Amino acid sequence: MGGLGSLLVPLEGDATGWAACGGEHHWPPGQTSFCSRPLFPQLGEQFSWLNNHMAQAVIAAILVIGFWVVMARGHSLVPGKRQAFGEMAYDLVRNGIARDILGHDFKPFIPYLLTLFSFILVNNLFGEFFLFMFPTFSKIGYVYALALLSWLLYNGVGIRKFGFGGYMKRTCLPPGVPKALWIIIVPLEFLSNIIVRPVTLALRLFANLFAGHLVVLVFVVGGSLLLTTTERLGGFDIPLLKTAGVVSILFSFAVFALELLISFIQAYVFTVLTAQYVSSALAEEH
Amino acid sequence: MLPLIDFGPLVPQEPAEILVGLVLFFIILFAMSKVVVPMFERTYAERSAVIQGGIERAEAAQREAQTALENYRAQLAGAREEAGRIREDAKAQGSAIIAEMRAQAQEESARLLQNAKAQIEAERAAAVAQLRAEVGGLATGLAGRIVGESLDDDERARRTVDRFIAELEQAADQAPARQA
Repeated sequence: MGGLGSLLVPLEGDATGWAACGGEHHWPPGQTSFCSRPLFPQLGEQFSWLNNHMAQAVIAAILVIGFWVVMARGHSLVPGKRQAFGEMAYDLVRNGIARDILGHDFKPFIPYLLTLFSFILVNNLFGEFFLFMFPTFSKIGYVYALALLSWLLYNGVGIRKFGFGGYMKRTCLPPGVPKALWIIIVPLEFLSNIIVRPVTLALRLFANLFAGHLVVLVFVVGGSLLLTTTERLGGFDIPLLKTAGVVSILFSFAVFALELLISFIQAYVFTVLTAQYVSSALAEEH
Repeated sequence: MLPLIDFGPLVPQEPAEILVGLVLFFIILFAMSKVVVPMFERTYAERSAVIQGGIERAEAAQREAQTALENYRAQLAGAREEAGRIREDAKAQGSAIIAEMRAQAQEESARLLQNAKAQIEAERAAAVAQLRAEVGGLATGLAGRIVGESLDDDERARRTVDRFIAELEQAADQAPARQA
């Protein structure tokens, strides 16, 4: 079995990267629950990167572009329902993030922030919706990509505006610091503004989704295991185990609701922080 | 070879994930910056232009209304002033007319009085002359009857009468003069 069908159906057997990652392991949920499954295992090891989560990311990109193109088409001055919804979503990023944080020169950054927000949001929501049930950004490679871009962006605009030396001076040395403290402040500021920012950006998004998905797995997979058990476990009776399974499945709905919220919040936070870093890199006085 | 520290899930399962993430991001970014954002911004710009135009039109209309109101007020004040002046003029004219009429009437009455006086004078003179003539005749007649002789010699009689009357008149004239 292979191809796009294996997007949805768990693969048995001989998948290359899948097996190496430990992907056939189901319980207890853990790091191996996040293993990507190659779509074309018969093509061999060098195509193992064509996996189900990559397909998810591609589908997310198509959805994002499709959504925005549909929302952007056929505009009139007085918006209809579709346009009003599109403008509401667009304004969330345009006015709520870009304009409020970046001030009057916010327009060039709208496409970047809009891409960031909608791409992260759709991929996060994949973790709560059928078909995929997996947040793409709990694979840290994608998160590294976005954090790297944001890092390049805010340092890039800062360097373009002030030159490399000027930007470094502004970033690493807050005004009004006595010379005696420079030896402490400069490395600290450099560390926090240049090194730590992209790392925290990436880890925050990744860890939230990774942990969230893990919790979902615990309740859903654990619950279904308990519900379908046919033998006594840990000295508990089968009816008790089944009851616990029902409770666990029911509680998973609450966890899903929380995950929906976290999906949105993390997409928002990533975008806001990127805008914030850009704003601080462009600020006249640090 | 095992790494010194196990980073666990912090190491991408496939390094290609980073590349795929970057490529997808740039594809979306391209679509956003070339299609979506320009379309939205164009709508916003058109809308704000329309609203801006509406505000400007409204401001212009308000300014116009303000000017019209001021004009109207000025005209009203002018008209009031004009009406007052006309009223004053009319009053002055009216009193002038009354005065003129009064003068005319006085003149008229004076003239009438004058005429009446002249007429009376003339009538009196005529009466006096007539009287004188008649009184002369009567007196001579009377005197002739009394005297019995004819005093029909007209020439003489008239001279006598005339002389008598002249004396009478003289006496009458002198009497008020003495009295005065």
